[in-house]
Amino acid sequence: MHQLISFTSDYTRYVLKGGTKFYAWMGSLSVLILAMFYVFYLQNTDGLIVTGMTSQISDGLYLANLVFLVGVAAGAVTIVFPAYVYHHEGMHKVAVLGEMLAISAVIMVMVFVFAHMGRPDRLWHMIPPRGIYSFSSMLGWDVMVLNGYLVLNAICGFYYLWCKYTGNPVNRKWFIPLVYVAIAWALSIHTVTAFLMANNPARPMWFHSMMPIRFIATAFAAGPALIILIFLVIRKNTSFWVDDSAIKLLTTIVQFCLGIAIFLTLSEVVVELYARTEHANGLYYLMFGLHGLTGLVPWFWSSVVLMVGAFVMLFMPSFRNDFNKLQIPCAMAFAGIWIEKGMGLIVPGYIPSPIGEVTEYHPSFVEWLLTLGIWAFGFFILTILLKGAIGILLGEVKYGGQAAAAK
Amino acid sequence: MTTQETPKACPAAEHPPACTAPASADPAASATKTTRRDFLKAGGMLSLSSLMGTAALMAQTDDAHAAAEWAEHFQKNYRLMTDAEKAEARTRLEKRYSAEYGKPVSVDTTGPQPGMLMGYALNIRKCIGCRRCVHACVEENNQSRGPRPGEKIEWIQVLRMERGKFEQEKMNQGYPEGLGIQVGGNAYTPAGAVLEGQYHYNPEKVPEADATYMPIACMQCEKPPCVKVCPVRTTYREADGPVVIDYNWCIGCKMCMNACPYWARRFNLTTPVLPKEEMNPVTHYLGNRPRMRGVVEKCHWCLQRTRHGRYPACVEVCPVGARKFGNLLDPESEVSLILARKNVFRLKAELNTFPKFFYFYD
Repeated sequence: MHQLISFTSDYTRYVLKGGTKFYAWMGSLSVLILAMFYVFYLQNTDGLIVTGMTSQISDGLYLANLVFLVGVAAGAVTIVFPAYVYHHEGMHKVAVLGEMLAISAVIMVMVFVFAHMGRPDRLWHMIPPRGIYSFSSMLGWDVMVLNGYLVLNAICGFYYLWCKYTGNPVNRKWFIPLVYVAIAWALSIHTVTAFLMANNPARPMWFHSMMPIRFIATAFAAGPALIILIFLVIRKNTSFWVDDSAIKLLTTIVQFCLGIAIFLTLSEVVVELYARTEHANGLYYLMFGLHGLTGLVPWFWSSVVLMVGAFVMLFMPSFRNDFNKLQIPCAMAFAGIWIEKGMGLIVPGYIPSPIGEVTEYHPSFVEWLLTLGIWAFGFFILTILLKGAIGILLGEVKYGGQAAAAK
Repeated sequence: MTTQETPKACPAAEHPPACTAPASADPAASATKTTRRDFLKAGGMLSLSSLMGTAALMAQTDDAHAAAEWAEHFQKNYRLMTDAEKAEARTRLEKRYSAEYGKPVSVDTTGPQPGMLMGYALNIRKCIGCRRCVHACVEENNQSRGPRPGEKIEWIQVLRMERGKFEQEKMNQGYPEGLGIQVGGNAYTPAGAVLEGQYHYNPEKVPEADATYMPIACMQCEKPPCVKVCPVRTTYREADGPVVIDYNWCIGCKMCMNACPYWARRFNLTTPVLPKEEMNPVTHYLGNRPRMRGVVEKCHWCLQRTRHGRYPACVEVCPVGARKFGNLLDPESEVSLILARKNVFRLKAELNTFPKFFYFYD
């Protein structure tokens, strides 16, 4: 008990102290978080009319980010898997950081769930015993697996940190099985999210069985791409050293999965556009526009350029091996997949509508603001979690040690 | 309670088993040589008297009103309520609506009647595209009718389909173009955007010579995809057929809107705009009672009417008799006879949703 109190207080004190750069970063995130609360207030007084959503296009930016971030959360498994299954030395050292990323991403997903709902005040309707849980609903399953993933990662991550902090050995008897469960669970969250979209015959753009594997492939490209970017920031700004071997393995994973994602996209394009039935209208609208409406065309082609560009760049040793330049293809892959899975997948599912009406979706200013705010909220949490984890890994926060001196 | 003031409307306290159309917003009732505006004006005058009465009520019961709203937040899913809880919820709503709209509002909770399975049939040969059904539906069912795009909700769409024709001049327009493959001229003039149709049409006269019409709305599927995806089971199929929504339980996740292949569902992006004088005070809990911000709504075959042996507003108003409604279990009902004798089809039958809304032609 005494250990727990000192853990909490040491951890809190450590993560709250920092240099000017740290406070500037957290301060600017806080401004965006305030904006987030303001837009939440608007949405829960005026309603979702303040967004660009309509009865035709009933979901947009929020669902897009939700789907993408589930992928980022699942992508954390690209660290945990090599670390615990293949005992990769460099990965094992940083596995807990992956778990911290997963926690932050799942929290962001949950805030996006709130954002896209008409009545977030009634969320308790989903929770038994007072509420009703429906096993036939994919959204019900999605909420369940996401919460499970959050709990698993919180347990695995913080138990590991706790052991490091107190100096006790990790109890491998239940810890390792739990890590394996978390690895399988990571696949489940994104698969269920894919089913959430794909199980709708009413929406031909989503209604194909390629969706889960495509989601996993893009997730395992976007997730590690973000992790590489974060690792490079950590190497630059803290005394914590992420091994080259870890970054190199992640780079390989990004490239392979990016290649698979591009291949799957191309397959879809060929299959849909060869016959060009009415069911291809959504994809056609996305790629070329339909009935003179071309709102998503620049999105699609910029995503293609970003993804293919990143894939090609990762072939070049000058990018792959130079950690100053590696950020470029990683950022490109991340942005490309954000578009491909977000605006490029969710929105054309609604265009044309099931009765064939073609309308366009223009996210409103507050919609962008809320999206940005939720990302800022996520990065706020991520910064705290990573800072705490690194402090413990470095031994700067330690049970019995003098009050942690943060730098 | 001052709700008994207006003589014409149903007393809210008595449970009206067969409430005979007080101040019905359906234009068929007012069709006796009055324009719609006159009708609305009359309605406004009618409700003015009760408005003055309720003004006092509202001033006094501000706390009660707030308490009623507060209690609404904690009520259960309608299907799981006991009869006592249903009665309580109903009284609470009647009180709130009466105060809000300044006239006595009744909230019916009549359940499905045994031996009844509602069905609908539409003669697409007869439809002239006048869209009276669309407007009658809006007035009967208290849909939002504000000026902003998100504030205008209609449950019925009448699709205008162009009559295509083959033309000599277009014989050389190959389709698909390019690749040197001759697949025959694209001489047939196809149609526009919506199911090869269009519902935003505004002609001088209907029917137009170059068009046919195809009205759609909720198909009240026997195997509704919207019900399957609902995470809180707020939308469900009633025993007598229609798929309904408990608006107080809906969390606004919009999954049902993704699932519906007929685009039958609408989302209340903001608090519905429903002028007091236009509000139809005869409502059903699962039907046309005023909705709130952030919930989904759709056609329910006018439960407030059909549970009491009346036709839905769209059927009643249709000037050409294209719309038929009745009990599918009764072999002598109009819909049953149509199913027995006419050529019928269901929309998007390949999706196995099994609509109880049939199209037929003579």
